[in-house]
Amino acid sequence: MSAEQATTAAPQPKPPVQVLYCEVCTFPPEYCEFGSRLSKCKEWLKSEHPDLYDRYYSEEALQSKLGTMSLEQQTKLEQEAAKKEAKAEAKADAKMKKKMSSQVQIKRIQRQKNKYVTAIHGLEAFDIDLKKAAKLFAQTFATGASVTKNAQGLDEIVVQGDVSDEVFDMIREEKGVLKGVPESNVELIEEKKKKS
Amino acid sequence: MFKKFQPSTDISGQTAVKSSVQRSLRAGLLSQWKIDPDTLESIWPKKENITLVKCRDHISIYALNGEPLFFQHFDGPLYPTLRLLHKYPFILPVVRVDRGAIRFLLAGAHMMCPGFTSKGGWLPPPEEALPAGVAVAIHAEGKEHAIGIGITKLSTEDIKKVNKGVGVEVVTHLGDDLWALQKV
Ligand SMILES: [Zn+2]
Repeated sequence: MSAEQATTAAPQPKPPVQVLYCEVCTFPPEYCEFGSRLSKCKEWLKSEHPDLYDRYYSEEALQSKLGTMSLEQQTKLEQEAAKKEAKAEAKADAKMKKKMSSQVQIKRIQRQKNKYVTAIHGLEAFDIDLKKAAKLFAQTFATGASVTKNAQGLDEIVVQGDVSDEVFDMIREEKGVLKGVPESNVELIEEKKKKS
Repeated sequence: MFKKFQPSTDISGQTAVKSSVQRSLRAGLLSQWKIDPDTLESIWPKKENITLVKCRDHISIYALNGEPLFFQHFDGPLYPTLRLLHKYPFILPVVRVDRGAIRFLLAGAHMMCPGFTSKGGWLPPPEEALPAGVAVAIHAEGKEHAIGIGITKLSTEDIKKVNKGVGVEVVTHLGDDLWALQKV
């Protein structure tokens, strides 16, 4: 390093730009108009950042936004946005209905006279990451827990030992990643060892 | 690249990265991005180890404390994630598409030359022309923040000259599955 360089002030890292993201669609608010939840985005922005709301949705903003697009293109864009929004809502509704009719089963399975495992399935319908849930069970009970496919080809979590009541409580108390499963959608089942 | 990318099935595993490899990654970032060592240090401090998240189709995502920072396809250019680019917009050269191209881009389409050469688009002037095969920040007419990141398929001068077909391939954009992957 030359003497000249050494005497210059210590270089400073450039600070990051703090970008605001829409809490509804996750885009920067200037892009909400291209998302599928524009009316909800607008509601959010209006209540949280009224200054930005004016910047993006005032009469002049809407005028200048057209940029090099023709009015016809813009109308088409708006129609498509409305269609997209309706579709996204219908999809979200259907998903919610499906969720609410899904069941989580906690099954106590007897492997030997005094040995049990607990199988839990149906958590994925509630958007719960099975790998993370298995890890949580393993840590909580200091035992083995894994994600496997059951006989029907569906993913389930198998925890060593009889922890079915504890698992039920954890789901009810929404511990860690176990969030959003209504108690009435959880059932406890016992599977006895088949007599051979 | 991140269309129908499902973390549960498309991520095959996470591994630690050897320190020699971390050094060469750091050197790669310094040579490929317009970034000074101090700013890079504030993004990825030397004493912190980066994790390699291996994905399908030879996509490698590099994450720091679970936050994806940059990624690579085979041994191609190192791309920042769009969120990182938003924080440090100067690290990649800029191209801009017109407003009409926005919805196509957000639907996962590659960007055709006319989107850059029309009135609302923008390409660097001849003296700052970019060759084919480099990472670019894709901005959009009337918008402040980048909408996506791409790789030039033609040089920017050829995009102007040829003016048809794909000019820039989009590797990640607002709302794709990498955008949704905030934590790994
Ligand atoms: Zn939004």
